[in-house]
Amino acid sequence: MPANRFWPRMTAHILLIACAAAMFLPFLWMVLTSFKTVAESTSLNPFVVFPSKWKPQNYVEVLRQNDFLRLYWNTFAMMAIRVLCSILFSAMAAYAFARLNFPGRNFFFGLVLFQMMVPTQIFIIPQYLMVDAIGMRNTIFALVFPGLVSAFGTFLLRQFFMGLPKELEEAAKLDGCNIGQTFVRVMLPLARSGLVALAIFTALFAFKDLMWPMIVNTSSSAATLSSALAKIQSAYSVNYPELMAASVIAIWPMLLVYVVFQKQFIEGIATSGGKL
Amino acid sequence: MHRRISKQMRNEWYWGWFLIAPTILGLIVLNIIPIFQSFYLSFFKSGDFGKGNVFVGLDNYRKMADDPQVWHAVMNTFLHALMVVPFSIAIALVLAVLLNGKRKGKSIYRTIYFIPMVAAPAAITMVWKWLYNSQFGLINVLLAKLGLPKVEWTSNPDIALVSIAVIGIWSVIGYNMVLFLAGLQEIPKDYYEASDIDGAGKVRQFFVITLPLVSPTLFFVLVTSIIQAMQVFDVIYMMIEVTNPAYDKTVSLVYLFYNNSFKYSDKGYGSAIVMLLLAIIMIMTVIQTKTQKKWVNYM
Repeated sequence: MPANRFWPRMTAHILLIACAAAMFLPFLWMVLTSFKTVAESTSLNPFVVFPSKWKPQNYVEVLRQNDFLRLYWNTFAMMAIRVLCSILFSAMAAYAFARLNFPGRNFFFGLVLFQMMVPTQIFIIPQYLMVDAIGMRNTIFALVFPGLVSAFGTFLLRQFFMGLPKELEEAAKLDGCNIGQTFVRVMLPLARSGLVALAIFTALFAFKDLMWPMIVNTSSSAATLSSALAKIQSAYSVNYPELMAASVIAIWPMLLVYVVFQKQFIEGIATSGGKL
Repeated sequence: MHRRISKQMRNEWYWGWFLIAPTILGLIVLNIIPIFQSFYLSFFKSGDFGKGNVFVGLDNYRKMADDPQVWHAVMNTFLHALMVVPFSIAIALVLAVLLNGKRKGKSIYRTIYFIPMVAAPAAITMVWKWLYNSQFGLINVLLAKLGLPKVEWTSNPDIALVSIAVIGIWSVIGYNMVLFLAGLQEIPKDYYEASDIDGAGKVRQFFVITLPLVSPTLFFVLVTSIIQAMQVFDVIYMMIEVTNPAYDKTVSLVYLFYNNSFKYSDKGYGSAIVMLLLAIIMIMTVIQTKTQKKWVNYM
């Protein structure tokens, strides 16, 4: 390698590695702290980086005090139902907006765009009042409620459908498929990468959401992982090893899924983000 | 000319309406009606004992104009966006340019930068709060080793918002970078080869080729980043309790909205605050789309 190419490359890698370290360090510190005793975590002299014994006492304690199985289930159920609803309803509407002609199409699509321009906080009080009025607070339904349909998903998938070639639909029509059959048998399979992107986006958004579950599901048995962490923080306040253990318990499943499906995650975000 | 509506056309209409029905019904119930309802509620004071809403006309808006907390929140929200947006975009763009092309270890770097995006903000804020801890936090301990004084990262009113912005920047760099990488791949390689022959340096290439040609992505990232940053809640909620001395200097509009609507149960006042947020975001969106033509190059 010629010398004039070597140094720019080294500098680039040093910068990239420094940033990678900055990204990774908080997570490393979270795990290391979660195995320490309170005394170790607060001992400054000598400064302790590694726990002296890798004992899961903090995890045992946190799991004893909180029903994490329940929280996993609540979070998973919320994510799964939101993903299914947003994919099904958004794909249906998106196909109609992309390919069919019907009166009111532009007006209704305008509603979709309008929803996307408005800050979501404006919906929260009325949505809360609705859930409260039908007596559904502290349920999985309440967690799912704002995500039953998705304007963003409709917009995203419409872009996908518009990018697909029309010939296949015409061929399906000639073969005697009606509009519904064409949609299910021809278009949906072709839009698979769009559906995957929307699923990832919806799941991540639901997983990270904090305000809605905190408002609508105040009972701890109906909380999500995110909203439970907020509660745990105010309950334990300064016991950082236990707080870190709770954090690790809350985030590892999503991290694992991410590491396994990272290609889909990153491409899904890149395509759906860029299509917005 | 007499226009006949064929049976086939009608069929298409029915399919169209049928397919959009769930989404449109959902949007009307979940979003459109709530917009009007929030507006309506902003003219009421929620009774202290639940149900009784009292019509107060513009009182909530008058109260808002006189409420120093609201002005703090507007200020903090803008300051937060002013810190998070430029830094997160600049760092992400530099990283994307460094990673673009055949960089060794590209996918590993990309994977690591993206990790904060898949972790819950509640967990992320907790570990940062621990890193920021004034007595035992890693950052202050390292500063002490260097002989520097301790910093009250989360309770000093002059610093806390910066600490919050750092978390915001850290969280979103990977996401922005992935979008930039996608944008950079659209730029034809010949442009760089041509300017290589002309003897242009890398820095000049960045400003003359990369920046103008990535400007559509840049615009998109800018718009979404501003809107995201203006709606900051999670990090501040997890980090700053109402009793924190830095509360006035960190509370954001959404946090204020949450506190008034759900902590103090004054949903009328909360609705008025959310109307203010709506107005601000609408104005910002209009400004962005107006200025867009001046600097965005669509190929």
